[in-house]
Amino acid sequence: MILYYKRAIKDILDNRFLNAVTIITIAISILIVSAFALFFVNVNDIMSHWKKGIRIMAYLKPGIPEEKISDIKVKIQGMNGVQDARFISKDEALMRLKKQMKRQSSLLEDLKENPLPDAFEIRMTTSSQSKDIIERLATRLESLPQIDEVEYGQRWLGRFTNIFNLLKLTGYAMGGLFFMAVVFIVSNTIRLVLYSRREEVTIMRLVGATDRFIKAPFYIEGLIQGALGGIIGLIALFVTFMFISFNMEQDLSFGFSTIRFLPPKVFCGIILCSMFVGWLGCYLSLKQFLK
Amino acid sequence: MIENQNKSSIIRMFHVHKDYGAKKALIDITLDISKNEFLFIRGPSGAGKTTLLKLLYLGETVSKGQVLIDGINLSRIPRKRIPLLRRKYGIIFQDYKLIATKTVFDNVAIVLEAMGKKRRFIEKKVRSVLRTVGMEERLHSLPPILSGGEQQRIAVARAIVGDPKIILADEPTGNLDEDSADIVLDLLKRFHTRGATVVIATHDKELIRKTSKPGGRVVHLKEGCLQKTTTSESGSDDSLL
Repeated sequence: MILYYKRAIKDILDNRFLNAVTIITIAISILIVSAFALFFVNVNDIMSHWKKGIRIMAYLKPGIPEEKISDIKVKIQGMNGVQDARFISKDEALMRLKKQMKRQSSLLEDLKENPLPDAFEIRMTTSSQSKDIIERLATRLESLPQIDEVEYGQRWLGRFTNIFNLLKLTGYAMGGLFFMAVVFIVSNTIRLVLYSRREEVTIMRLVGATDRFIKAPFYIEGLIQGALGGIIGLIALFVTFMFISFNMEQDLSFGFSTIRFLPPKVFCGIILCSMFVGWLGCYLSLKQFLK
Repeated sequence: MIENQNKSSIIRMFHVHKDYGAKKALIDITLDISKNEFLFIRGPSGAGKTTLLKLLYLGETVSKGQVLIDGINLSRIPRKRIPLLRRKYGIIFQDYKLIATKTVFDNVAIVLEAMGKKRRFIEKKVRSVLRTVGMEERLHSLPPILSGGEQQRIAVARAIVGDPKIILADEPTGNLDEDSADIVLDLLKRFHTRGATVVIATHDKELIRKTSKPGGRVVHLKEGCLQKTTTSESGSDDSLL
């Protein structure tokens, strides 16, 4: 095995140019794919953070007696996915509105009657913050006879989820395309190396070398190329990430989340994938070449 | 189908044909080569000498007929076992076939590395064989900077380093001056005396005269056909197959 490693490293050094081309190709592809991964990790963080703030407002019909309020509260809290339901009386709602309107609050002074309805502010459990579950819960709330209207930001919740899913899909497609492109390029680069060394391979076979003896160093080369390409790509991404994060406020305009680099698990996963790509490229070209 | 192998035969060819499309390179060759024999295959260029050697080490496969090496039928040998078969041979090519990017040491060592020998053994054996062929001084040189004679000696070293049972040499002195040719032939003779079977393909009558032992066989090929077998000292048609 040590012999194979030595031969692989010697081969890489002997064919520096072709190997450098392969490593750079892998590095660029890894950079692009992991930039997508970084984007998704952070968007996902923002989504999770934002979803924590999701609440459903259930407005009550006018004239519901106070003694019924606690019954309604029990009913709502008994519903699947509800973490907490807080009653907000119309007086409290008006106070809040005044607070939010600040200087313009004087406009509300002239009101003869409080036009706001009583309401329940409902918070969801962490596992029930998807669009579908929220929609289902809203429908159930609407079916209660005391509830007049339910509001949860349907439109933009739907839009945001759709955009995120579309981006996710694009990311997968891009990842898949880059994977195929890198495998193709690596296998062709290895094929070039093999062609430049076909005489050597022929001689090795004539002196009794097994296919394993011939292939093993190439596989190791592929793994090394993949690992180096992956590491270089991720270092480039990290440098870019640091540059960007230093040049923009850490606390983004979203206001509730900070951007972060790829977690170690994803980092290791990308390097392993990159090594697999290098190996697969070798495997495909050797399979064809040694037929 | 060959039923019984002659006990002293290490190579048997039985009604062997080799075609390259419409061109017939070998036609109905039947030939037995005994263990420890020193045999010449003689013929002009294009007679089929190289093709015949290629069939022996499975550089090519027969179109028809059978070849047996040490009792192994080459038509039935699994692909996996071909490297093991080739380790029975030491092959010397007319164009040396040395790896230009590897040192003299590495070129010779590759045979033992392919056999899975230990590093210490390889070091010792390669140095010893290179000493035998007088090339120990050029251990770290690359083949392209060596003369033709030196390269051929490296090729001989590579052929004998694995202690093969059979040496196949294709025009081993074709590109060499007389002195270098003598050295290479002397090395082959020395290896033959240690028990190896040597098969040399050549067009050179003088080489046969100088090298063959009294009574040694010379097989004559012409246009792919085995014409006759002579003994070296008589040059007469004293035996046919």
